[in-house]
Parts: sequence; structure tokens; C-alpha cells
Amino acid sequence: MTALLNVDALLDDLEQGLRRLLRERGIEQPVLIGIRTGGVWLADILHKRLGLDEPFGELDISFYRDDFSRIGLNPKVRPSHLPFETEDRHIILVDDVIMSGRTIRAAMNEIFDYGRPAGIILATLIDLGARELPIQPDVVGQTLTLKANERVKLKGPDPLSVELRQADATPAKGA
Amino acid sequence: MTTTDASARALQLNDQGQLRHFLTIDGLDRELLTRILDTADSFIEVGERRIKKVPLLRGCTVVNLFFESSTRTRSTFELAAKRLSADVLNLDISTSATSKGESLSDTLLNLEAMASDMFVVRHSRSGAPHFIAQSVTPGVAIINAGDGRHAHPTQAMLDMLTIRQHKGGFEGLKVAIVGDILHSRVARSQIQALNVLGAEEVRLIAPSTLLPTDVESLGCTVAYDMRSGLKDIDVIIMLRLQRERMEGALLPSEREFYKVYGLNTEKLAYAKPDAIVMHPGPINRGVEIESAVADGPRSVILNQVTNGIAIRMAVMSMAMGGQRAQRGQDAEGQA
Repeated sequence: MTALLNVDALLDDLEQGLRRLLRERGIEQPVLIGIRTGGVWLADILHKRLGLDEPFGELDISFYRDDFSRIGLNPKVRPSHLPFETEDRHIILVDDVIMSGRTIRAAMNEIFDYGRPAGIILATLIDLGARELPIQPDVVGQTLTLKANERVKLKGPDPLSVELRQADATPAKGA
Repeated sequence: MTTTDASARALQLNDQGQLRHFLTIDGLDRELLTRILDTADSFIEVGERRIKKVPLLRGCTVVNLFFESSTRTRSTFELAAKRLSADVLNLDISTSATSKGESLSDTLLNLEAMASDMFVVRHSRSGAPHFIAQSVTPGVAIINAGDGRHAHPTQAMLDMLTIRQHKGGFEGLKVAIVGDILHSRVARSQIQALNVLGAEEVRLIAPSTLLPTDVESLGCTVAYDMRSGLKDIDVIIMLRLQRERMEGALLPSEREFYKVYGLNTEKLAYAKPDAIVMHPGPINRGVEIESAVADGPRSVILNQVTNGIAIRMAVMSMAMGGQRAQRGQDAEGQA
């Protein structure tokens, strides 16, 4: 396993990208939601960097995954926690890695069960391409193209690091 | 009973150790029971949302098959299935085909022909859900909603969830179960769950006529009066006096029973000052519990009902998931 990327530099890019986007769209008081587990670590950091007043939310998408009928329920499911009303709010949704787009679809379905947001901005640290659904992040730290047997993983929470490893025989789960 | 329970163990889990039927607590380990409680915690949060529904069992048909009447258990199973987005069919069999002479097997074949994915079964005969789990089409999950005097595992688990919420865990915990242990499938399942989860002591308080003969082998201590029985107790579980199951003269009278074993404010003082009071319902006020206690600040009886929905959502989604995962693996094996 090798440390691949400078996470701090990527977080700088994410922060600046988000600030620019919020300015362009005239959004003044967004709320942050991180997807467990890596997305929550990132949301924690971005929350401080953006100086948001309201606490950030944590989303566990286990009940919304589209592979339930193949692999069953995630045994490590924990309660989602959104400590604010989502109705008519501008939401910044944060995840560590986007690949197929299935996680984001599940997350958006879950968010809508809390209320109808004014809008959702998607920020991901890494974009691996290989999309299976028409979902694109608005802000990305780094775009990577991996070889068929390579996987990336965000390790954390303190310190955060991105690791690249050779995959074993098991097929990759959609991210 | 032992052979039934041994095969129930093997039946309940799939090749990866995931739940696929939920028939009895017996044979399930602490890790799995804890996973059920943790999953239920997540469903409690879902119950607090504006839309109290998740898509896990979308497209699944759940049949509530009640051969014995029930209000609370059936309605919480129904609500749980609906909050998992399943389609629900409620069948009160006591008023249906079996009274016209149809056998249990034929009833099931007909329901399976309607492409049901899960049966929630309550039956007055011990072992009926187990029998159904053995004979049902592969891929269909069976949940025991109470069978005879044998087991009522979802009730036991919602009680465990309630205890964990109020006491933080099970370590060092002393739990008293009071009343009609003999006829109680709830007590059997509670005793098993408390022992698996590591409670320090499970104490049964009852007259000897309302205790089963194999009481020591259950892993409990016994007390015959409330004063010594409730000493140092953290959790008091009152059982309903099952008048409909009473055969022969097990009790001199209900009034006598209430005098000795009924929980009132005075007897509650024998337990720890922060002891909680539980009851699986329906309660008989003035038979096993005084209204002032049932409605008092130490009572968590209505919490139990709320937790019943979350526990049933957890068990149903885990069992359905276990069935689906097994089916996926079997298909892969054949490919």
C-alpha cells in the first residue's frame, strides 16, 4: 500500500471549489451532510473550513442500497443523524470516492425522506470515473483512472490518507 | 423440545451466518443478538423522520399468519412491514379456512402460490413456525410471532432493546421476571436472551405451581416472595397472568396472587431505586400490576411498544436479506 495523494491539498481544492460554487449560486447558509464513513470525516473538516454555524449531518445509506437483494443488510448499519430541517435548504453532500454513482443515488433518496431540499451540491474527494448512473459531482478534489486490479480507500479520521492497493480476487463494490 | 431447538438453530442461519428465519433465541450468539439491537437503533431513527419508511422490502409480500388472536403484536408487525415498504396481508386464520377443515400445509401452499416472501406466524402449538420453516419454499422467511409455550423471540428482543436504552447494557444487570413463568413463551425467550447478552442474574419470582420443572437448567435463580426476590434488582419484568391457559388449580385465587406477587408501589421499593418496570402487555390492572406502577415514572411499558416496531423492522429486513443473499450465492454456485 502506498500513500497516493496529498489529502490536505485536495481539501484545499474542495474548499475553494465549494466557496466559488456557493458564491456563484448565491447560497449563503448551506448545510453539510457526509456519507459514512469517509464522507463524514471529510464533512467534519469542510464544516470547520467553511465556518458553518449549524452542525453537519451524518448519513448511513444502508437502508437505501440497491444491492440489498444480492448481499442482504449491511451488518454495521448505524442511525443516520441530520440535526437540522432539510426542507428548502441548500445541502452540500460529501463523499470520499465516487465511482458507479449508486451510493449517491441512495443518499439522495434518503435525504428526500427527510424533506424536500432547495438543492444538493455534490462534493467528492476522488472521482474514479466508471459511472453506471447519470450522476456527476459538482466539486472534485482529484480525478483518477485506475487499472482493473487497483482500488483506492480513504483512511482516517486522523490523519486522513488515500491509499492505493492491488485488489484481491473479490469483485469491487459499487462506490 | 431439544431436537426442535437444535434443528431450529441450523434452520435460522444461512451459509454466511446471516439470519434467514427468526424462530427462537436459542442457539443465536451475542454478536447476532447485538446486531439485531444495533439495527433496531437505526430503525428508531427512521421512525422519527417525516417519511417513516425505507425501501428495503419494496416488492416483497409479507403475510401475517395469526392462528391465535393478537392486537399489539400483529399491528406492530404490520406497521413494521409497511415501514419497510412491503405489501402486507393480514390473515386471521382462526376465522378462516382452517375452520373449514383446511390443513396447515394446504393453507401454506395456497399462500405460497400468491408469491409471498415472508410469513409472520403466531400459533398456539409450540413448534408450528419451525415446522413451516422446514417445509416452506426456499427463499421464504419465517418469523415466529409466538408459538405455544415455546418462544416469542421478537418480544424478548424488544425487551432487550428497552433494557439497553435505559440501562446502557447488560453487564452487571440483575433482572427479575415475575409471575406466570410456566405458561409464558415470553419468559423463555427473555431468559435465553438475557443469558446470551451477559446479564449478571436472571431471577424468577413466582409460586412453585407457576414455575416450569426444568427451571434450574434455564440458567436462572428462583425466589418465592417479592421482598427477597426484588432485592438489588435493576429491571422488573411483570408477566401477564394467563387465565386462558390455566388448567387445574394452580392458584388459590387472583386476589391471593395479587396480594403476594402483584407489583404495587410498596413492593417496588424493594428493588433498586432506579429499577425500571416492564410488561409485555396486555396488562391486567389489579391482577399482576397496580395502575400507579403501570402508569408511574419507572414504567417503560409504552417504550416497549414503540421499540417493538423497530425490532420487528430489524428482524424482518435481516431475515429477508439473509434469504436473498443465500439465493444469490446458490445461483452463483450453479453458474
